[in-house]
Amino acid sequence: MAVTASGGSGRIELPENVVVSRLDELANWCRKNSLWPMPFATACCGIELMATGASKHDLARFGAEVFRFSPRQCDLMIVAGRVVMKMLPVLQRIWQQMHEPKWCISMGACASTGGVFDTYAVVQGIDRFIPVDMYVPGCPPRPEQLIQAIIDLQDKIQREGTITGREFDTAGRQLRKRALVEADELLVVDAARNPNVQRQLSAAARRS
Amino acid sequence: MPHTPPPVDDVLAAIAERFGPLESTVFRDQTSLIVPEPQSLELLGFLKSRGFDLLVDVTCVDYLEYRGAKHRYGLVYLLASTTTNQRLTVRVFVDDPVSPDEAGPTVRSVVGLWQAADWLEREVWDLFGIRFAGHPDLRRLVMPEEFTAHPLRKDYPLQGRGERHNFPVITRDHS
Repeated sequence: MAVTASGGSGRIELPENVVVSRLDELANWCRKNSLWPMPFATACCGIELMATGASKHDLARFGAEVFRFSPRQCDLMIVAGRVVMKMLPVLQRIWQQMHEPKWCISMGACASTGGVFDTYAVVQGIDRFIPVDMYVPGCPPRPEQLIQAIIDLQDKIQREGTITGREFDTAGRQLRKRALVEADELLVVDAARNPNVQRQLSAAARRS
Repeated sequence: MPHTPPPVDDVLAAIAERFGPLESTVFRDQTSLIVPEPQSLELLGFLKSRGFDLLVDVTCVDYLEYRGAKHRYGLVYLLASTTTNQRLTVRVFVDDPVSPDEAGPTVRSVVGLWQAADWLEREVWDLFGIRFAGHPDLRRLVMPEEFTAHPLRKDYPLQGRGERHNFPVITRDHS
């Protein structure tokens, strides 16, 4: 590479075909264009997720078509469908098995809020228990909506990503969601009869 | 033309001869037989020996605050015969114990008669809290193991008692 210092002025002249950037930018550019999704498909959103990856909508156009069923190989978890109480520990374990940097898309009404399933067995939004970067509305969302979410996530990665993942350590990322604060109040209802709830409550008391 | 199962008059006659008169109802050609709980196992064993070799389902209804109901829980045994094609519904009613020290409502298990009853009875135990005495492995079937309630009972709130919020929270600094 022909880098020439011109005299004593301190300016560096570069040839036309050289671009100067930050290392973070380069890492973000690589990461955003090679998202490998982990499909956590539990319901009808999973069908739309498959359609998104198939030929008509062709997620490969955005570099995210390499669905892998091992969390060790993935960096984008797409939670497509409702998550029940029995499934949530599985979801958390898979999330923890994924390598950094990693992102999470909550696809559809059920994954984001519990949707119409406001019952004892269904978790009312996965963001109460794992971090979520992008929410997709819809029941189920069209493939176009999921693709838009992936494009938005790519923008987010390019905008705020760092090569060491410092953006995940900011204080704002660690805040508890408002829904979780409300959940503590709900927990009081069953505290007398459930030792697990009592542990959760005492943990909440220590936090505040 | 809708299929109607063959009549079960011969079975009912044999039961009346052996167990005395039992209440039975017919709705759209389908016969159900109401059996007192102490006789249920003997009667179901008798029905199996009469050719009802297929246990289609075991389930339960909670009649709490149901108009005209005399008992709290009504178990439903759906039986069929693969040789004669007859079908029979057996109802067994049970109640909560009078004193809170006793174990919950209990009936005797039919796993010894039909192996199919294994998971069906586990499901009824899980969701309605009815114990099946003599069941080889009466664990919860659909709800998580640490769950403490029986959620299909009518006095259990639809949105639960906070169990669905009872998980550790994983934030970005956990991973």
